[in-house]
Amino acid sequence: MEENGLVAIVKRDCPTCVMVAPVLAEILQRNDLKVYSQDDPSFPEGIDGVADDTALDASYRLNIEIVPTLVRFENGVEVDRTYGWDRGAWEQVAGATGLGADLPDFKPGCGALNQDQDRLAELRIRHGDTPMISRLVPLGEKEDAIEACFERGWSDGLPVVPPTQTRVLAMLEGTTRAADEVLGLMPSNLDTCTVEKVAINAVMAGCRPEYLPVVLAAIEAVLDEDYCLHGTLATTRFVGPVVIVNGPIAQQIGMNGKGNALGQGNRANATIGRAVQLAIRNIGGGKPQGVDRATLGNPGKLSYCFCEDEEGSAWTPLVVDRGLAAGTNAVTVFAGYGLQGVIDDKARSPEELVQTFATCLHAVDNIHKIPGPDCLLVVCPEHERTLMEGGWDKARLHTEIMDRMQRPAEDVMRGAHGMAEGVPAKMAGKTVPKLLPNGLLIVRAGGGAGKFSGIIAGWTPGTPESSRPVTKEIKT
Amino acid sequence: MSLDSLMDPLLDPTGEREAVARPRLARPKSLDGLTVGVLDISKVRGDVFVEEVATLLEGRGIAVKRYRKPTVARTAPKAIEQAIVEEVDVVVEGLAD
Repeated sequence: MEENGLVAIVKRDCPTCVMVAPVLAEILQRNDLKVYSQDDPSFPEGIDGVADDTALDASYRLNIEIVPTLVRFENGVEVDRTYGWDRGAWEQVAGATGLGADLPDFKPGCGALNQDQDRLAELRIRHGDTPMISRLVPLGEKEDAIEACFERGWSDGLPVVPPTQTRVLAMLEGTTRAADEVLGLMPSNLDTCTVEKVAINAVMAGCRPEYLPVVLAAIEAVLDEDYCLHGTLATTRFVGPVVIVNGPIAQQIGMNGKGNALGQGNRANATIGRAVQLAIRNIGGGKPQGVDRATLGNPGKLSYCFCEDEEGSAWTPLVVDRGLAAGTNAVTVFAGYGLQGVIDDKARSPEELVQTFATCLHAVDNIHKIPGPDCLLVVCPEHERTLMEGGWDKARLHTEIMDRMQRPAEDVMRGAHGMAEGVPAKMAGKTVPKLLPNGLLIVRAGGGAGKFSGIIAGWTPGTPESSRPVTKEIKT
Repeated sequence: MSLDSLMDPLLDPTGEREAVARPRLARPKSLDGLTVGVLDISKVRGDVFVEEVATLLEGRGIAVKRYRKPTVARTAPKAIEQAIVEEVDVVVEGLAD
């Protein structure tokens, strides 16, 4: 902006601007003054050459916060400014005396239009003041943006929210992390996964900006070597990332760990899990029938995310089992699939109920598939109550389940019960474990009515070379 | 096309391995062994044009399949689009009279 002399920014929809309009006329008689109007170039009346700043470009460049603002430039450099109406300050900036003699000494101004959130985003984009460096994909004049996302292969099969610059800019406001921070290399393409790329996919998933820190932590978790993203993606088995959220952030962003926690209907649950999968698909190239070789997959591969019902439970939360302090905001990812319901209406003691849990865990994948995959047991409130009333905490439940996971090899041997699947005959006389020692996670979620817990089965037995659950603290 | 002329370009959510612009399908070097569809869009005398093309192609031993839109005024019914996609390699249509 080539400026010298005085510049005033006003809007008609500001009583203070209306009040100072005669002052601007006074100044104009003695000084070089350029007036920009934010909302109506016919205002102030009686002043020639008011510049139309309804596009707010001048206001943005001058970083106007309040109208009226009066600025003095010398040799193109700003040397003084005042805002609102303050006679002394105006006289100083204008280098004049006796301004607005019939006005009060002081009257505060109004907010400048260029600071409105929606207008500010548009201005930042137009002026190139955004942190985004992803390439722009132009759309045809008559191209539908949602259809365009389908055609470019960016969708998981459901409509996505088109990732416009405005939406992505707003999404990035959800974190203090830099847009260009690299979270890792995303398998299978091993392309660079930045905060910006995750934010774009979070927009498409339908996330609100305040969900972004959770999505970023979940992405960091799946990028951890222990999670084995490439293997869980390229497998013919069923799994996808199951995301469990702990800590106060779950309630702050409105997640559901109560009734229908694993079902539909909660935006945060649904879109956080979806954002993780979209990022894997788009950044890493993990597409079904491409790198993703799943035979059947599972519906949770669209989204599988919930929070533990910490405030409704007397148990220590998962995050403590995972080695972090209670109350920590954290995400745990587990490569899992489906939900095998565990119904027991009759158990009135922990000893009875644990028999049901253990028996159902033995059935995962195939009762003869032993050892079986790691498992995530989701205990419902009524079952927790039965256990608590019998004096069992979560650690006791874990121990008692693991004690019941051994099986005589003859029971699950190839050919036993007419089934070809099973352990080899050389195991005769031994016991075999359904779960490896670190193969069971327990969380508490669900609605208050119903003795219905569930098992989320994992990928394979959790050996070091398999997928291990990963917990990451959520950074805001 | 300058970016200024576009309403709302999208930010690329991918690893940016593929070009932004979708390339046109490559034209075949020869029609040998391919099946050619001729589409009469019901524009006046379009049938004459595409039938002449069909006859010439058949005279060269090229397989031809004939399609006809019910009316020039509307886009092709989905069934015709799908049949063309499934049955032929190349399409010729008469666009104007």
